[in-house]
Amino acid sequence: MTRRRTWWKTALGVFFTALMLFPVYWMFNVSLTKTGDMRADPPHWFPWDPTFEGYANVFDQQLANLGTSLVIGLGCVLLTLVISAPAGYALAKLLPRGGGGIAFLLLVAQMIPSVVMAMGFYAIYVRLGWLNTVWGLIVADSTIAVPFGVLLFTAFMSGIPQELMHAAKVDGASTWRTFQSVVLPVSRNSVLTVSLFAFLWAWSDFIFASTLNRNGDMIPITLGIYNYIGNNTTQWNSIMATAAVASVPAAILLIVAQRYVAGGVTAGAIKD
Amino acid sequence: MAFVAPLIVYLLLFYAYPLYRNVELSLHDYTPRAFVQGDPEFVGFDNFADVISSSAFGLALRNTAVFTLVSITVQYAIGLALAVFFRNNFRLSGVLRAMFLVPWLLPLIVSASTWSWMMNSENGIINSVLGAFGIGQINWLTSPEWALASVTIANIWLGIPFNLVILYSGLQNIPDDLYEAAALDGANAWQQFWRVTFPLLRPVSAVTLLLGLIYTLKVVDVIWVMTTGGPGNASTTLSIWSYREAFGTGQPEFSPAAAIGNLLIVIALVFGFVYLYLRRREDRA
Repeated sequence: MTRRRTWWKTALGVFFTALMLFPVYWMFNVSLTKTGDMRADPPHWFPWDPTFEGYANVFDQQLANLGTSLVIGLGCVLLTLVISAPAGYALAKLLPRGGGGIAFLLLVAQMIPSVVMAMGFYAIYVRLGWLNTVWGLIVADSTIAVPFGVLLFTAFMSGIPQELMHAAKVDGASTWRTFQSVVLPVSRNSVLTVSLFAFLWAWSDFIFASTLNRNGDMIPITLGIYNYIGNNTTQWNSIMATAAVASVPAAILLIVAQRYVAGGVTAGAIKD
Repeated sequence: MAFVAPLIVYLLLFYAYPLYRNVELSLHDYTPRAFVQGDPEFVGFDNFADVISSSAFGLALRNTAVFTLVSITVQYAIGLALAVFFRNNFRLSGVLRAMFLVPWLLPLIVSASTWSWMMNSENGIINSVLGAFGIGQINWLTSPEWALASVTIANIWLGIPFNLVILYSGLQNIPDDLYEAAALDGANAWQQFWRVTFPLLRPVSAVTLLLGLIYTLKVVDVIWVMTTGGPGNASTTLSIWSYREAFGTGQPEFSPAAAIGNLLIVIALVFGFVYLYLRRREDRA
């Protein structure tokens, strides 16, 4: 293949990517546009004369919501790991027979529409008094990540050589001890992938937040944006600034952990 | 056994119990008061009958079908074209492919609100660009003719990364020598795609489309933020209908909402079992 031909492909690739990412660019552009210029015709294609008023409003009004989302995201990661890592180990190594049924249930669980889960949780939380609480939302959000986590851990851990665990057993380690000091360290990449997705899903959740935490004092950032849209449709720079800030975790993920992201998508869909 | 016990308890408490409550909601007549006091009247399948005979049902079913089928078909076509394009390793191809993941990683509410503003009738960038080509103002989100198309466009954009990633990894499993053999036989790129790539990718394609279908049936966020299912019921799908009955108005109607939700589960599971069946067959082969 000649050099000139590859160059041409790169140019086309850049063009496609730019087209695809235009909405993201537009979000940044609008977040920096002055309120007075928002309705300009033709619109301002570049933020030549930027305003940071939108971002100032984010720090004024949305900082607490960002904190809430962070707490919910981290809580969800913790809960997901605690439930799914040992279960994945058991399904992969300890009960290779009975595991099939549980794996099947988990696949089915992933197909249940979240609006249905939201209603079920609402009905339960009303009685328990868990509506508008952070932990209520952590539990609900974790239902998105737990089936994925168990399946991913099971897939990875069944690949760990049996000899490794035998060696630990010979040394007199209990099953728990083997899990802790042999299996978990070897599965570091899976732990990372599951944590990343659990965090991102909890951070991005809107359905559970808008149903289970509608009147809470501590609302996550997604709900912050939603309420913002409802309250002042004139300040689109502030809305888009909030959206841009809410996208930061996704950006970090992509830069720091790109290969885990692509790996996670395919693992969830194709491999067992 | 102690290792799976937490998972089993978790599944019972946070999957089985909410689902059970949902079925229970749909078989009783829950008024907001009965909801708190817990003394609803048992009505059997009345809620289901009401929902199905309601005038909104036909439209919601049609919208769900259009939204889902158009979304997954176009997502798949674009995703496949991009996967084939990125298969030729060229300078920067890895970086550019990674950038394509961005729409998928953003919180849905971020994407949905960005699209709302881009599709704004008077000040949206899309109408402004179309205007430059002499196309008059289109009321993307507020006219009954365009609302469903608008949310479908935004949803297609959201689904491209998923299709690209899965199809690209499927392409990696097609051995290079097949292409070399085809090239020796004088097949051009177009013929290579239809004779080699497409047939060999069929199992992966089936999985991608079915998973896409199951995900798309569930979509609430995008449509709710952009149009709330309106104007009227123009962009109301079954998921949106259920969400609106339960949470979207001042007066929650949990029982019909749960009935719609349960119908949705049945539809999702039918396709879900087709997916599981295909996968099992694949594993055996």
